[in-house]
Amino acid sequence: MKLAYWMYAAPAHIGTLRVATSFKNVHAIMHAPIGDDYFNVMRSMLSRERDFTPVTTSVVDRHVLSRGSQEKVVDNITRKDAEEHPDLIVLTPTCTSSILQEDLANFVQRASLEAKADVLLADVNHYRFNEMQAADRTLQQIVQFYIEKARKKGNLVTEKTAQPSVNIIGISTLAFHNNHDCTELKKLMGELGITVNAIIPEGANVDELRSLPQAWFNLAPYRELGPMTTDYLAAEFGMPCVDITPMGVVETARCIRKIQTILTAGGADVNYEDFINEQTIHVSQAAWFSRSIDCQNLTGKKAVVYGDATHAAAITKILTREMGIHVVWAGTFCKPDEEWFRKEVEGYCDEVIISDDHGLIGDRIANSEPSAIFGTQMERHVGKRLNIPTGVISAPIHVQNFPIGYKPFLGYEGTNQVVDLIYNSFTLGMEDHLLEIFGGHDTKEVITKGISADSDLGWNKEAQAELNKVPGFVRGKVKRNTEKFARDRGQTTITLEVMYAAKEAVGA
Amino acid sequence: MTVAAEPQALNFECETGNYHTFCPISCVAWLYQKIEDSFFLVIGTKTCGYFLQNAMGVMIFAEPRYAMAELEEGDISAQLNDYEELRRLCEQIKKDRNPSVIVWIGTCTTEIIKMDLEGLAPRLEAELGIPIVTARANGLDYAFTQGEDTVLAAMAARCPEKAPVAQEEKDERNAISKLMNFGRKKEDVTVSDSEYKDHPPLVLFGSLPDPVVTNLTLELKKQGIKVSGWLPAKRFTELPVLEEGYYVAGVNPFLSRTATTLMRRRKCKLIGAPFPIGPDGTRAWIEKICSVFNIEPQGLDEREAQIWEGVEEYVKLIRGKSVFFMGDNLLEVSMARFLIRCGMTVQEIGIPYMDKRYQAAELALLEKTCREMNSPMPTIMEKPDNYNQLQRIYAQKPDLVITGMAHANPLEARGITTKWSVEFTFAQMHGFTNSRDILELVTRPLRRNENLKDLGWEKLVRDEAIV
Repeated sequence: MKLAYWMYAAPAHIGTLRVATSFKNVHAIMHAPIGDDYFNVMRSMLSRERDFTPVTTSVVDRHVLSRGSQEKVVDNITRKDAEEHPDLIVLTPTCTSSILQEDLANFVQRASLEAKADVLLADVNHYRFNEMQAADRTLQQIVQFYIEKARKKGNLVTEKTAQPSVNIIGISTLAFHNNHDCTELKKLMGELGITVNAIIPEGANVDELRSLPQAWFNLAPYRELGPMTTDYLAAEFGMPCVDITPMGVVETARCIRKIQTILTAGGADVNYEDFINEQTIHVSQAAWFSRSIDCQNLTGKKAVVYGDATHAAAITKILTREMGIHVVWAGTFCKPDEEWFRKEVEGYCDEVIISDDHGLIGDRIANSEPSAIFGTQMERHVGKRLNIPTGVISAPIHVQNFPIGYKPFLGYEGTNQVVDLIYNSFTLGMEDHLLEIFGGHDTKEVITKGISADSDLGWNKEAQAELNKVPGFVRGKVKRNTEKFARDRGQTTITLEVMYAAKEAVGA
Repeated sequence: MTVAAEPQALNFECETGNYHTFCPISCVAWLYQKIEDSFFLVIGTKTCGYFLQNAMGVMIFAEPRYAMAELEEGDISAQLNDYEELRRLCEQIKKDRNPSVIVWIGTCTTEIIKMDLEGLAPRLEAELGIPIVTARANGLDYAFTQGEDTVLAAMAARCPEKAPVAQEEKDERNAISKLMNFGRKKEDVTVSDSEYKDHPPLVLFGSLPDPVVTNLTLELKKQGIKVSGWLPAKRFTELPVLEEGYYVAGVNPFLSRTATTLMRRRKCKLIGAPFPIGPDGTRAWIEKICSVFNIEPQGLDEREAQIWEGVEEYVKLIRGKSVFFMGDNLLEVSMARFLIRCGMTVQEIGIPYMDKRYQAAELALLEKTCREMNSPMPTIMEKPDNYNQLQRIYAQKPDLVITGMAHANPLEARGITTKWSVEFTFAQMHGFTNSRDILELVTRPLRRNENLKDLGWEKLVRDEAIV
């Protein structure tokens, strides 16, 4: 058992549902108790879906507990088949069904005899996989199923398209800015003269999957969803994959150059250097920004980065390499991607943190006292408490992170958006501190209870008042150094005298 | 009056139970705030945690007094010892938060693996010195607000049995809390007992926000009825005394188990009344309590009339309109009864679970209201099937659908006006005073429609191909 208040990655079935409901005309049936269909609320509320979320529950209640599901799951599948005529029904296990150990595979087999739709059992164990791993697996499973089905039927399309073409793999519902990223990637491919063969799973029809092999290569922009599928396609059809996330100016160029290599090897005569140059200098404002005096002001400022592997790695590289910001530490909650993440951010930050414990992350933020945080919604709230501005760069996210306006993180427009996000975070911090220097309104303590900086030392009234006069962005440091000084000398109350002594001794 | 409109009797039906609702563990969200010295430990999986994390929204960042005891594979396969694991976690909680009670919320998983929480709790309680209350608020058995019912039923067993001893303690505590609250506005109006009529002790049950508690308490005081206590109180250490023969009355329609426990275990007498939702419900609730105590209610006619007058601007907007309850929080019957009194037609009352005994007086009032308003008797659909309901909604075209968040946006996109039901659970809607708040919520989508009516944007999905 683990005491937990907050989790960064959702349970496995959420990943499966995200993939299933991203496809068009695919229905998911959860084997779960009442109330586990919370996914429908999230999809309807967070991404403001106009359509009903194609997820129903085959309800596990007392009767199921005592007698087993018997016909119930099969009936629910065939009923949904008749009502909605989906192409595919994905039976989705949950934590509950994982323990019940009912033979769901058998239900699927029986239901597929009756149903017109294809029926699949998502191969995810609740206790072994998290949301991201489950999503990745489910996508691979569905792709493999339809490739094999097409092979059997003899309608698999393996002949390459005449013009260079690409499958964009890993765009899904309820993911961070995915719909905008997708638009940006399509635009980028268009400008590179590459036809988009398929985008999966978002908006795709399962029938399209048999034509995946006709693309020249796969583009998998996100580390969390897609690699299993691209690996499968590489093994089956030798399809090359570009897995460089085009986030930031340098990485976007690197991604395009990798595409160029693949296309050239495939016999296309392409040279994207002029395009990269033109985009970098004139379309994206990021390169110019890094040269401007605004960005000069950011030089050496401290930041911390935390999020999923893809976004945390990319933002770390942008901050350090493209803006000269000092990333004190970069971290991710994607533990299975630890090795990948360390390699990506190597040389771009002082330290790497791999943890999904929000308490630890909060403590580390408080200790590092950065000028800005780039993290998830949880870090945004830590930032609020510590009075440190935060840019949200990764899920878990709230409804405000599903903006209606066009806000990609990928591609050249993405570089512009990221610049705004980063710059606005820092300027807000500067404003705040100027306000304080000129006798601003905020005299709250920077470090509040609960995030590590708890102290056993008392501050007397005068000392407290003096501390409150210290500008917010260094107040935490002064407080801690003074307390350390006092503790070392066995003093229990901090007075003005102690403060001055500490300042003289350790520069607090 | 036409013959066709002549109402018949209430029609009860039951569907497949495939509907959307919140998991009953959501009750920790409002109960930990209500019971200030409590700590809620939900013993379940990531799925439970994920639900709470998302359903509670920003509250999660406020260091809530709740946590998950997240079960891992070793717990499921009994490689780890339940007792040791729970002890480790509860010791941690005791150290960090020092609560007066730890409430264990049993979930689907603890049911399936048959973790004996009720058996483990007394042992650990003795060892730790903190009361541990166990409630099985799981999705296998219950829906949404029924979670509170399971917690309060468990709390009922913890209420002190004897008044005199408790009285002394209480005074002492009050003295301390008076000291603590020095200079703050007094919340309770202390009155000498002479202002009350002579009647047996009355304890009310159901968790309500403190302002509403004060409001209903004062409403009964006007009739000379003294409320001896509330289950739950603001603090676990202030749970009311329950002696054999005390009278109890529920304030919410989903408290069947609590009512049963109070009657059978604590030998209390249940006053079966409609619930104080809407001015009509509040009046009937007070009248029923008065009648049990042989008190002639005073000034209720004027009180009710005055409320109705005050909300006429809202009632005007919904009079003659139709409403469809998809059903998810068990407040549906009371809400429907109130809205029929406002002049609406109710097409269907979906409800997760219908306790005809506990809700008997409310159902009778619903029937009476339909007759008096000459409104057709609605069908009460227990354990509804959301898919079938959507077909009925398309066919009947209600002016308003009261539904969960899973369906609200898709229905709006199809030009069907919705009000999401969860808000009623969290809004202050009890008593005369809050009638306006209910109507504020109910009419909000209709007022929105009025504001945007000329834009021609009602239907925002493409027509589905007709096969």
